[in-house]
Amino acid sequence: MFIPCDRGGDSAAPDFKGFTLLMPAVSVGNVGQLAIDLVISTLDMTKVGYFYTDCLVPMVGNNPYATAEENSTELSINAEVYSLPSKKLVVLQIRSPFIKNKYRPFCETLLSWVKSSKCARVVLLSSSHAYQRDDEQLLGTPLRYLLTPDLEKAVGGRMKELNWKEMEKVAAYPGISNTDKVLHIPGGGITKLLFTESPDGFILALGHQEYAK
Amino acid sequence: MATFFGEVVVAPSRAGLDEEEEAREETPEDREIRREIEKKREIDVLWTGQAGGCAEEPLVCSRFIVAIGRNAAAFLSSFILDSVCWEVVGVVKLWNEWCRTSSTTNVLPTDSFCLFYRLISDPTVFGSMQKKGLQVTILSTCPVADYKTQESTLTLVSPFLRALKTKEFQEEVCCPLLEQPNIVRDLPAAVLSYCQVWQIPAVLYQCYTDVIKLDTVTIEAFKPLLSSKVLKSLAKDASESTKILKKFLTTSETHNNIYI
Repeated sequence: MFIPCDRGGDSAAPDFKGFTLLMPAVSVGNVGQLAIDLVISTLDMTKVGYFYTDCLVPMVGNNPYATAEENSTELSINAEVYSLPSKKLVVLQIRSPFIKNKYRPFCETLLSWVKSSKCARVVLLSSSHAYQRDDEQLLGTPLRYLLTPDLEKAVGGRMKELNWKEMEKVAAYPGISNTDKVLHIPGGGITKLLFTESPDGFILALGHQEYAK
Repeated sequence: MATFFGEVVVAPSRAGLDEEEEAREETPEDREIRREIEKKREIDVLWTGQAGGCAEEPLVCSRFIVAIGRNAAAFLSSFILDSVCWEVVGVVKLWNEWCRTSSTTNVLPTDSFCLFYRLISDPTVFGSMQKKGLQVTILSTCPVADYKTQESTLTLVSPFLRALKTKEFQEEVCCPLLEQPNIVRDLPAAVLSYCQVWQIPAVLYQCYTDVIKLDTVTIEAFKPLLSSKVLKSLAKDASESTKILKKFLTTSETHNNIYI
C-alpha cells in the first residue's frame, strides 16, 4: 500500500488525481527499471512515498540518485513513489523481484491503488526476450507499444506520428494456421497480467532486450 | 542461451516469473497443498509470564536490538547478554522448508533460534510492540564477496562494518555508511524498510566477512558498536566477554568435529 513520506500534522497526503503514473515491469534486462531510474534522476523528481508490500524481496540501500554528500545518505527501499507535480507525473520504481506466488496479490494491490489515487493513465515500461522475435520483427525498431481501447482515440494518433509499431499478437499454437492470436510477452514478468487485468488507461511500452551475449 | 562451451541452457530470467508457472493453472489439490504449507509456515511468538502485560496490550520498548545470523547473535551473547541482567521473555517458533526453531530457550550457538531477551533493570530495552519512542539497532553479517567497490580487494581488510540508517536516526554511527551501489537484502532489509516507512529511528550494522561459520574475528568486528549510545550502557566486562566467546567457539567446534 502507498505510505506518504511526510505524515506531519499540516502536510496533506499527495494528490495524484489526473496524473500519469509511470512504472516498470520487473522484466528481462531490467530495461523498465533502468529507464525509470533515468527519468527520476533526469527530472530530479522528489520522493513522496513508499509502496509498502510483502510481495517483493526486501532490499535497502543508500540514495541511488545522490547528487551531493548531503543527499547521499537517504535510505531507499524496494518500491518507492516519486512525483513531479508540474508535469502531473508520478513514478513508481520497483527495485527487487517478486516473492514466489506473490505477483498476483501485488497486481491486485497496485491496480487498487491506481484506482483510488485517481490517476488518469498508467504507462508501463517493460521488455521481452529478443530471441523470440520473428523475421519481420527483426527489422526496424525493437520498441513496441500497446494501448487499452479507451486510449486509442487520445494517443493513437500520436503513436502513428512517432512511427511506433503496435505489439504483434502471435499464434496461440505456433505452426498451426487456424488458431487464435494471443499476446505473448516472454520475459516480461507481470506485463501481460497487468495489461489484461487493468480496467482502462494503460499504455504499454515494450522493448526487445538481448538477454545475454 | 549458449554457454562458452556450446551447450544450450535455459537462461534465468530477471523477470522473476517462469513461463510455465504463469501458464499453468493451479489445480484444487495444488491449492490445498499450498494453503497447508502456508499455514505450517506461520510464525508463533510465545511470550513467557515475565513479559508482563496481556496479549492485547502493547509492550513498551525504548531500544530494540536485533541480531541476525550466528556471528551477530554470538556478539550479543558474549558482549551484552548474560543470565544475571537479562531474562528470556519470548521465543519464536517457526517452520519452513529451509530451517526451523523450537520453543526451547536452552540453545546452543550452532542451533537455529530466535529468542527475545529483556533487560531486568530496564524492562523497556528489548523486543518491541509499540512504535512510539522506539529505537532499533540491527546487527547482521554477509559475505565480503557481495561487497562492490572500485578499490582493489587486496587493500580491503575484512571483516569490516558498514551502516545504513533510517531518516529518523539522528545519532552518530560507529562505522562508515554503506556506499552505492551496495544493497542489503532479506530479513535485515525487511526490518530496516519497516522502520523507514513507519518513521522509526533505526540503524543496521552489516559486517562483511569471508568466514561463513562462527568465528571470533567476525564476532569481534562488531566491537566498535560497544561505544555507541545504545550499547555503551549495556556492555559487559571485557574479560568476561572473552571467556564466553571462547566457550562458544569450543562448543561449536566440538559439533563440527568429524573426528573422534
